[in-house]
Amino acid sequence: MVNAIRGATETRPAIDVIWAALAAIPDPEIPVISLVELGVVRDVVWRDDQLVVTLTPTYSGCPATEVIAADVAAALAGAGIVGARIETRLSPPWTTDWIAPAAKTRLAEYGIAPPGVRAAVQAIDIGGLRRREPLVPCPRCGSTRTRELSRFGSTPCKAQHRCEDCLEPFDYFKPH
Amino acid sequence: MNDQRTLFDYLLRRADSDLVLAQRLGEWVGHGPVLEEDIATTNVGLDLLGQSRLWFAYAGEVEAGFNNGAGRSEDQLAFLRDAAEFRNLMLVEQPNGDYAVTMARQFYFDVWHELSLRGLTASADARIAEIAAKALKEVRYHTERSADWVIRLGDGTEESHRRMQAAVDDLWMYTGEMFEVDAIELALIDAGVACDAGTLAAPWRQRVDAIFSEATLTVPAGVWMQGSGGRGGKQGVHTEHIGPMLAQMQWLQRAYPGAQW
Repeated sequence: MVNAIRGATETRPAIDVIWAALAAIPDPEIPVISLVELGVVRDVVWRDDQLVVTLTPTYSGCPATEVIAADVAAALAGAGIVGARIETRLSPPWTTDWIAPAAKTRLAEYGIAPPGVRAAVQAIDIGGLRRREPLVPCPRCGSTRTRELSRFGSTPCKAQHRCEDCLEPFDYFKPH
Repeated sequence: MNDQRTLFDYLLRRADSDLVLAQRLGEWVGHGPVLEEDIATTNVGLDLLGQSRLWFAYAGEVEAGFNNGAGRSEDQLAFLRDAAEFRNLMLVEQPNGDYAVTMARQFYFDVWHELSLRGLTASADARIAEIAAKALKEVRYHTERSADWVIRLGDGTEESHRRMQAAVDDLWMYTGEMFEVDAIELALIDAGVACDAGTLAAPWRQRVDAIFSEATLTVPAGVWMQGSGGRGGKQGVHTEHIGPMLAQMQWLQRAYPGAQW
């Protein structure tokens, strides 16, 4: 594929070829899923002779955001695309609903409980403040007897849980 | 003051409250009561820091519009202004105290922050609306967490209850400022750009009452509100705590102006 892209620098590489190149970039903090599967690559277009890639941040303070932009720039340069422009788009805000289904399966295999559907955790009661505990199956043994240890885990997008059956702590990718 | 200067000032109010609280929460790094809380509190700070950058970036662009193209960068706005130029709420510059104080401050702010961002998602200014929509998703989670802690400490042991009650009592006088509307905000409310902070007082109080009731805490009453009458943090009038905090936050850019990572 790399050869195909390099060979195409005379003409403009097709958009699907560029998407394929971007799909090969792993997330810097969760390398089992790609940036495209994470849902942060929102658009890839040629604007006249300039390639414009539009990214959206996951969390506004996530330190990986700048690494992601740098990784995309490096991948495009590696594919022989010069002068590409990377734009940031905030709206609509990123949601875990955009994570590809196959990537959610891989997250679980990697030991991170994948995010459930957002609507389930947005059912809130008094004054819109208290939440209902989402049911988070243990990614190791599958038990649903798990509990939250902390509302944040190793990255802003995760919480820390523990399985009450196999007793293993694990990260939970929060529905967002 | 023209429209763009008014907007600039308002954007600083948004950015500065986020930044100052992020800095305070960052002071817990390595000092949290347990490792998980250390991480959680500083992650909330990280969200707020990210949100402040979005507001600062926009403020810098607006400033360029009325200042012959010379808009300050995020770093210049954060690190090279003095206390009187900061537009944050006095509540967020209050020292961390014990964990009850940190959580009481957070809870008061989070409930207001969430309501206010929700209002801003309908702003006539599309950029403000999209920043608010982004931030709101994160802040909703902050509110749940600080409300959890207010209940856990308030309805915990005798000692945790005593400390939580003392914390909510001590900080109560800084909550009135959140609902003050001055000429700057009034102009932007009329233009459909800003959220009317005055309308947030009742829903804020309703939520605070509900959580305090569950936490077995008494809602403070009859306290003079700091920052009343248009002389508060939003106008650059601050408590004595902001100076030492800024000195710590800004020393690197003051000593090495323009330094980059």
